[in-house]
Amino acid sequence: MMSADTEALKQPTNARSAVIALVSGLVFAAGLALGGMMDPRKVQGFLNVGGITSGQWDPSLAFVMGGALLVSLVTFAMMKTNDVTWLNVPLSLPSRNDIDVRLIAGSVLFGIGWGISGFCPGPAIASVVQGGVSVLMFVGAMLVGMFIAKKTLG
Amino acid sequence: MHPYLQSFIGGLLVGTAVWILLKGIGRVAGISGIAAEAISSPRRSLWRFAFLLGLIVGGAFFVKVFSIPTANVASGAWLVVAGLLVGFGTVMAGGCTSGHGVCGLGRRSMRSLVATLSFMAAGMATVAILNALKAGT
Repeated sequence: MMSADTEALKQPTNARSAVIALVSGLVFAAGLALGGMMDPRKVQGFLNVGGITSGQWDPSLAFVMGGALLVSLVTFAMMKTNDVTWLNVPLSLPSRNDIDVRLIAGSVLFGIGWGISGFCPGPAIASVVQGGVSVLMFVGAMLVGMFIAKKTLG
Repeated sequence: MHPYLQSFIGGLLVGTAVWILLKGIGRVAGISGIAAEAISSPRRSLWRFAFLLGLIVGGAFFVKVFSIPTANVASGAWLVVAGLLVGFGTVMAGGCTSGHGVCGLGRRSMRSLVATLSFMAAGMATVAILNALKAGT
C-alpha cells in the first residue's frame, strides 16, 4: 500500500502541471489539425487499403504517424527511468508487457468504431467545438463506452 | 505546401506534445486513458482536464486558422455505435492511436505493437466491408 503522501507526490496536481498539460493539449491539437486527423474522410481514406490499386488510397495519415513516432522514439530513447521532469514529479510509464485477449479484443472493437466513424479519441475530442451535434453525439457515446468499460472490466 | 509534408509536420507536432507532457509532468499522452481517468476519478485529474481543454480549444482554433476542411462520414445511430465501440474498446485495450500507436510504439512496447496492428487491421477491414456494402446497394 502506498501512503497518501507518496500517492499525492506521484499525482501532478498543482497549477503548474495543469499549465504544462494545457500547452501539451494545444500543441497536440495543432498537430492533429495540420495532419488532417480531424477530417474523418482522410482517416477513412487511409484505412481504405482496397483503394491502393485504384489510386483511391490516401496515405496522409502514415505521414502523421511517421512524424509523431519519430519524435516519440527519440523522446523515450533519451528518457531514463530515474529522469527528472520539469516539475520534479517521477515518470509514470505503463509497466505492462503481457499480450492478452483483452488487448486484442479491445483493439479490434476500437478499430471497428474507428473505421465506421473515422474518429479516434483525440481528433474526436479536438472536434467538439466545430463538429456540431454529430461530434457531440460521438464523444458522448465514447465517454459512456469508456465509463462502462471502467466499471465492468475494472 | 505538399499535403504529405503538411501531414508529416502535423505528426512532428503531435510528437512534440508527447515530449512536453512526458518531460514536463512525467505522463504519457494517451488520450483515451486521460479521458477515461478524467471522468472516473475527476478529483485527481486537474492536469487531465487541462490537457483536454487544450485539445478542445486548440482543435477549434487551429482548424480555423489553418482553414482545415472537415466533414463527417457517418451519422445518427452509426456515430453512437461507433462512439460506444471506440470508448469501450480503447479502455479495454488500455490505449488508442496516441497511447499505443504513438507513445507505446515510441517506447518500443510489443504490447502496443500488437494493439496498433489489431486496431489498424480492424479499421481497414471495417472500411472494406462498408465499401462493399455501399457498392452492393
